[in-house]
Amino acid sequence: MGKKILMKGNEAIGEAAVRAGCLNYFAYPITPQSEVAEYLSRRIPEAGGVFLQAESEVAVSYMIFGAAGAGARVFTTSSSPGISLMSEGLSYITAAQCPAVFVNIMRGGPGLGGILPSQGDYFQATKGGGHGDYRLLVMAPASVQEAVEMVMIAFPLAEKYRNPVMILGDGLIGQMMEPVEFPDHLRTDPTDKNDWATTGMEFRKSDKPNIVKSLFLDPNALNENNLILKAKYDRMKAEDIHYESYNMEADYKVLIVSYGTMSRVCRTAVDNLKVNGFEVGLLRPKTLFPFPEKKIRDAAAKDSCQVVISIELSMGQMVEDVERCVQGRRPVKWYGECGGNIPTPETVMDVVTSLVGK
Amino acid sequence: MGKIFKKPEALSDSPTHYCPGCTHGVIHRLIAEVIDELGIRGRTVGVSPVGCAVLAYNYFTFDFQEAAHGRAPAMATGIKRVRPDLIVFTYQGDGDLASIGMGEIIHAANRGEKFTTIFVNNAVYGMTGGQMAPTTMPNQHTSTSPFGRNVDDIGMPIKMAELLAALQTPGYIVRQTVIKPKYIVKAKKAIKQAFVYQLEKRCFSFVEIVSTCPTNWGMTPGEAVKWTEDVLLSYYQLGEYKNPEKVSGDKHAN
Ligand SMILES: Cc1ncc(C[n+]2csc(CCOP(=O)(O)OP(=O)(O)O)c2C)c(N)n1
Ligand code: SF4
Ligand SMILES: [Mg+2]
Repeated sequence: MGKKILMKGNEAIGEAAVRAGCLNYFAYPITPQSEVAEYLSRRIPEAGGVFLQAESEVAVSYMIFGAAGAGARVFTTSSSPGISLMSEGLSYITAAQCPAVFVNIMRGGPGLGGILPSQGDYFQATKGGGHGDYRLLVMAPASVQEAVEMVMIAFPLAEKYRNPVMILGDGLIGQMMEPVEFPDHLRTDPTDKNDWATTGMEFRKSDKPNIVKSLFLDPNALNENNLILKAKYDRMKAEDIHYESYNMEADYKVLIVSYGTMSRVCRTAVDNLKVNGFEVGLLRPKTLFPFPEKKIRDAAAKDSCQVVISIELSMGQMVEDVERCVQGRRPVKWYGECGGNIPTPETVMDVVTSLVGK
Repeated sequence: MGKIFKKPEALSDSPTHYCPGCTHGVIHRLIAEVIDELGIRGRTVGVSPVGCAVLAYNYFTFDFQEAAHGRAPAMATGIKRVRPDLIVFTYQGDGDLASIGMGEIIHAANRGEKFTTIFVNNAVYGMTGGQMAPTTMPNQHTSTSPFGRNVDDIGMPIKMAELLAALQTPGYIVRQTVIKPKYIVKAKKAIKQAFVYQLEKRCFSFVEIVSTCPTNWGMTPGEAVKWTEDVLLSYYQLGEYKNPEKVSGDKHAN
């Protein structure tokens, strides 16, 4: 373990990538995450890597594609409107099976929206934002420390699946200062990509050209590529679902599902209600895709549980996945705000208690 | 041409899907010859466009990446930045480069990215059936300008070589054609020079090639050559527009 230092989330995210062994970064400025680029504009050259401020987020996504296709570890950071522009590239990168890491420090939308924290890009991140049958492995940190660790494991995960990984943090994750450490054991070496990447034939001592592409004009070949992608998403569901349970051993009347910064507020509400003798369980998905489907289904089915509620900084996005998991066994409710204000623990307590009556 | 050529090593055995009289095949061959002559096949990465040349990688024998429409210069930037030891080129049509990909090419050129762009200007969107391109000539009939390109409505055709040469960053910017053997020699020389500048890590290099699309022009291959020479070449003048050895922005005699 390294030593603990106080850092702003955005800077910690940049440092985490460097510590993870990724020295290639392409980006375009956007609030509330421009500090990542500002930090890395000094840090990466000093470490001997590639820092480039691109002309647009569209270009960023293709610089990432090109670099990843050439076998390099590479990442970018942006915020909601920027991720919309990168979504075209994400579709191509995923189709061509290139590993890369995208960080979205979400701000309020739609449109220009606002610059305060939001979780309004849940659908975009987990259901695709670009075209076609593709998925990203999506991780949602609830603290700066967790953001650091997620960024560090994102690179080997992207390589494991040859698929982009997205870190989905709300604006607060980027803006707040917390003590962090960069675990040395999370530094990894890039995998060997010579069997598919455009690393140059003479460098890999091969006479077989590698082609990085997404066009499959033959219907069987395209179906085959989509089956390969699907098999990877199924494998993610089998091997990489992560979540945290809080107060779930109690006989809770209400089950909250919440992630990111919002889940921290819910946690305080759960503690306060417990003091009053009102038991609430909190299930926090750490991966939004793959989603903890079975865990939520089982948790909702607990005898004491009367109702499930998804609390999110959006107008009701994750709630659709929660409903899908609960499969009608319990009523599923939603509560959220998405202008940039974060509901207080008191608000959450009122919302939760009103669901079952006093 | 009455001369027997050996197939360059950088060119594969696959027959191309290009129409009779299309210049894409000739341009592929010139690129392959240059790559052979420079001995760089083992460290070259091509980036194919969205357009008739999307499958270009089937016709070459080295690494390739396939871009999204217009984004090849951004991909090439990504490749070249993380692997400066690779030789990288984009191969792009006029719809790809001068329309949807205008932002990417200008900024790559302006950053002085050390890769090469081969720009195939055939004055239409070939692959999608001959729609109007930013390079379509005034009054030229296309499937989306059935009454001829109306420049009052849509503006004048864009001269990419001149536009890029106006940037202040040093570069190698040249326009050639391959419709007749006498032009082919010069085109090959330009392509070779472009790759040499890249090998020397000198500058961004750009070779525009005025090309044919007999299929979508509704012409025979012979008519297409004549129309290119009479109409396109009078507007898209051949020559060197920028050279890293000389002062920026001046057009040099061809
Ligand atoms: C984002 C996107 N928009 C549109 C298309 C459709 N499309 C395919 S090729 C093409 C035009 C290509 O024309 P050009 O670049 O001139 O190449 P040519 O075929 O003439 O060589 C278009 C519009 C696409 N594939 N992707
Ligand atoms: S449509 Fe035009 S550009 Fe495309 S292969 Fe045929 S002649 Fe060439
Ligand atoms: Mg064209």
